[in-house]
Amino acid sequence: MAEGQPASKELAIIRVNVEWCKGCEICVAFCPKDVLEMEGGKVTVARLEECTKCMLCELRCPDFAITVE
Amino acid sequence: MFDYLTYVREGNFPHIWCSGCGHGIVLKSFIRAIDKLGIHRDEAVMVSGIGCSSRTAGYVDINTLHTTHGRAIAFATGVKFANPKLHVIVVTGDGDATAIGGNHYIHAARRNIDLTVLIYNNYIYGMTGGQVSPTTPRGARASTSPFGNIEPPFNISGLASAAGASFVARGDVYHAQKLEKLITQAIQKKGFSVVEVLSPCPTAYGRRNRMASPVTLMEWLRDNCIPVKKYEKMSEEERSGKIRTGVLIDIEKPEFTEEYRKLVDSMQVRG
Repeated sequence: MAEGQPASKELAIIRVNVEWCKGCEICVAFCPKDVLEMEGGKVTVARLEECTKCMLCELRCPDFAITVE
Repeated sequence: MFDYLTYVREGNFPHIWCSGCGHGIVLKSFIRAIDKLGIHRDEAVMVSGIGCSSRTAGYVDINTLHTTHGRAIAFATGVKFANPKLHVIVVTGDGDATAIGGNHYIHAARRNIDLTVLIYNNYIYGMTGGQVSPTTPRGARASTSPFGNIEPPFNISGLASAAGASFVARGDVYHAQKLEKLITQAIQKKGFSVVEVLSPCPTAYGRRNRMASPVTLMEWLRDNCIPVKKYEKMSEEERSGKIRTGVLIDIEKPEFTEEYRKLVDSMQVRG
């Protein structure tokens, strides 16, 4: 779960529950790899291939709206 | 991926907390803590008072009791006393626990009853419109202190330590993994255990104090919450404006329900 973990070969599966996302941007701001972006006031996955599955977005999402597998 | 949904009442989501409110992060940290401890939902009771923090009890799918303003610790004392085997967790806020509920808070600490108290400290009365609370910092603006608060704040953790709590810790929602560990330790501890959690309120506090963005508030926590060990090595000058986080007090002392049990047993022997 630490920042800077080596990238896994398999692409992550990032799920966003847009009904629950309130657009606080915490996940976007603290993603170490800039994987996420805002679109229409909700988070969206912009660069999935950069995801290292560090899980920090899932950890800090106050709305239970983003998960990483 | 952590499966939070098995521990929540999904029908009550999305929750009422504002965008960027830290309270959801506290709830998630709590859920991970009870999951790791292997506590069955029937063995845990969450008791809350009134306020944004206290809404937590509506979202977590364990035994929950949503009580009156400031009285969560009093109700929790009753629950624990009736069935000491239960893990009783109180969720409360800075206003609920240290203003209207201040007396319950200090006396439960003095008794050292085995409760775990999570105090969500957001420096403000968020739910009722941003009034100044006992923990609003000096100079900070609230709806009732529009020109800056002139009162010094309570130190929630210091209050519990002075009153006799056996475990006192302070965490924050930016450092969520550490928060989970502190909550875990607090639940495991036999005795009155407090975790003060700095959980920002963008709506009622941030907007009035030039930190309207949830990200700015999280960055503030990242930059100002300093682990105990590092804090101890800092000079007085470096400590200015910084907040000590981690385990602050961890001592052994007689626990209230156990002392009561002993008293009852001794009376029964005497016949």
